[in-house]
Amino acid sequence: MKRWLPFEWIAAVRFLLDGALQTLVIVGGIAIGVGVIVFMSAMLSGLQANFIKRVLTSQPHIQLVPPDQVARPLRDEAGTFEAATVQRPTQRLISINQWPKIRAEMQTRPDVINAAATASGSALALRGDASRAITLNGIEPDIYFKIVKVPDYMVAGDSQITTEGILIGTELARDLGAVLGDKIIVNTPIAGSRILTINGIFDLGNKGANQRTTFVRLRNAQSMLGLIGGVTSIDLTVNDIYNADVIAKEIQAMLPVKAESWISTNAQFFTAVQAQQNSNTLIRLFVGLSVAFGIAAVLIVSVIQRSKDIGILRAMGTRREQILRMFLIQGGLLAFVGALIGSALGALALIMWHRYARQVDGSELFPLILETRLFVMASVLATATGIAAAIAPALRAARLDPVVAIRG
Amino acid sequence: MAEVLRLEGIRKSYNVGTPVETEVLHGIDLSIQSGDFLALMGPSGSGKSTLLNIIGLLDRPTAGKLVIDGHDTGALGDAALTKLRGQTIGFVFQYHYLISAFTALENVMMPMLVDRGHPDDEMQARAAALIDRVGLSRWANNSASNMSGGQQQRVAIARALAMNPNLVLADEPTGNLDTHSAEAVFALMREINRERGTTFLMVTHNPGLAERCDRIIEVVDGKVA
Repeated sequence: MKRWLPFEWIAAVRFLLDGALQTLVIVGGIAIGVGVIVFMSAMLSGLQANFIKRVLTSQPHIQLVPPDQVARPLRDEAGTFEAATVQRPTQRLISINQWPKIRAEMQTRPDVINAAATASGSALALRGDASRAITLNGIEPDIYFKIVKVPDYMVAGDSQITTEGILIGTELARDLGAVLGDKIIVNTPIAGSRILTINGIFDLGNKGANQRTTFVRLRNAQSMLGLIGGVTSIDLTVNDIYNADVIAKEIQAMLPVKAESWISTNAQFFTAVQAQQNSNTLIRLFVGLSVAFGIAAVLIVSVIQRSKDIGILRAMGTRREQILRMFLIQGGLLAFVGALIGSALGALALIMWHRYARQVDGSELFPLILETRLFVMASVLATATGIAAAIAPALRAARLDPVVAIRG
Repeated sequence: MAEVLRLEGIRKSYNVGTPVETEVLHGIDLSIQSGDFLALMGPSGSGKSTLLNIIGLLDRPTAGKLVIDGHDTGALGDAALTKLRGQTIGFVFQYHYLISAFTALENVMMPMLVDRGHPDDEMQARAAALIDRVGLSRWANNSASNMSGGQQQRVAIARALAMNPNLVLADEPTGNLDTHSAEAVFALMREINRERGTTFLMVTHNPGLAERCDRIIEVVDGKVA
């Protein structure tokens, strides 16, 4: 007997060890349950992280753009009439009003990590007989590449953009028959033709994007798009991507800009993520419930089997609360040990699955995320579930009439 | 001699308040003096088990007064009753109910452990001495389930003595043993009674053993005959 253990713990541990087979079976059941929960949670969060990474490395979390230009009806003045239909105005390419100030303000926000100014507009890329419509993105590479990880997608050259240089996608390069170092003509209505050198070719993993997206230095784009000193959007990354919606609303309320978060621009994707999370929660809940019922069932049987022991203990002066605690401890211990084994099983299954389940191209299906927090949470929750599941059997044990229990 | 126990007009009914209400004990008066070794006899159904449960504070009487060690037990709550039971009464049952999850020595320690909460050296030493007294030192670390009936019953006697109770209640302690073991167990109780002055109240069906007790209390139809 361990000196430091109180009576209830000693009895609980001995009773569990005495019914070794029973204990083993239920611990196995709990371990499988916890293992499934751990495995599923880690895998789903890995898959999710992967999807989100894909979505968010090619677009900012929040984009600030100039507000829509609207036709303003005339005021109610005597003698003026409003037309029956107000024609929507064209959306001219305009700069964000006082953008340096807005960007500076964004950079001081604690929830914003990066803020990059870009000037984008459409242009025509020409080479020989070929011409293609492109989107000309004028960027400050240092900051912008922290938001959209173009350097990760380079297939030729590097992401350095010279003053007369341009980065283009693989599709555009093929359409124009151009390779790294070739010169192409970029034509805009305002600046006319300009000759730019291909500094690098990237593959964003999307055909449309590879066809249209191009990057040049901000100053180049500004002059070519007739936006001297102006920018068309400010791109942000935030620390909590799931909070991007709220932050966007906050910014929009505060400043004369339109703020669009990745959540609203990818609404469908986000709904899918949420649905996945919900189903994950449901599955966890039901696995947890079945584990709880298993623990309760085993303890109820144990109370019946040990009713004589309980009667004897009561006869020799054991109080009802002590008996109650004895069985609650048994529930907690079963669940805790089961959770430890289950966590190990879950982690093992994850590592195996991560190693052998691959995408077609051999890259990992999901990043292996083994957070300590997940295991701690699983163990704590399982133990709490075990104790809760033990309440009914423990009460039953505590209420046993010693006379009846001993008589048998 | 001091009085260990006094019963005044103890009555016990079952199914109280229902049409099938039955009274099992019809007013029992009894006084037990310290150091007595008593036999409680009576045919099956006479109410002697009920009486023993009431004396052992495992059951409450419907009416009457039960005084143990000067405490009027009718005024005590459940928790106080449990504490009093643990500290003043030892039990020996017919089916030598040791707890199989523990060794013989640990079974003897159990009442002290229940009382004090944590194991300590003193209770271990005391348990070892008691095991030695009943002649089972060699089996001290055996699991309770690995012992013969007679051995288990001797361990149960040692356990009943753990808290140094004034009163040991034995419910047919020899009822399940062969003659030889029964004799040994009875002799052990008698010796302990003489050595320590522990009061014994033993339910038995064996007239031979009953005759060797100080006094025989006979319960017939819920009354002391």
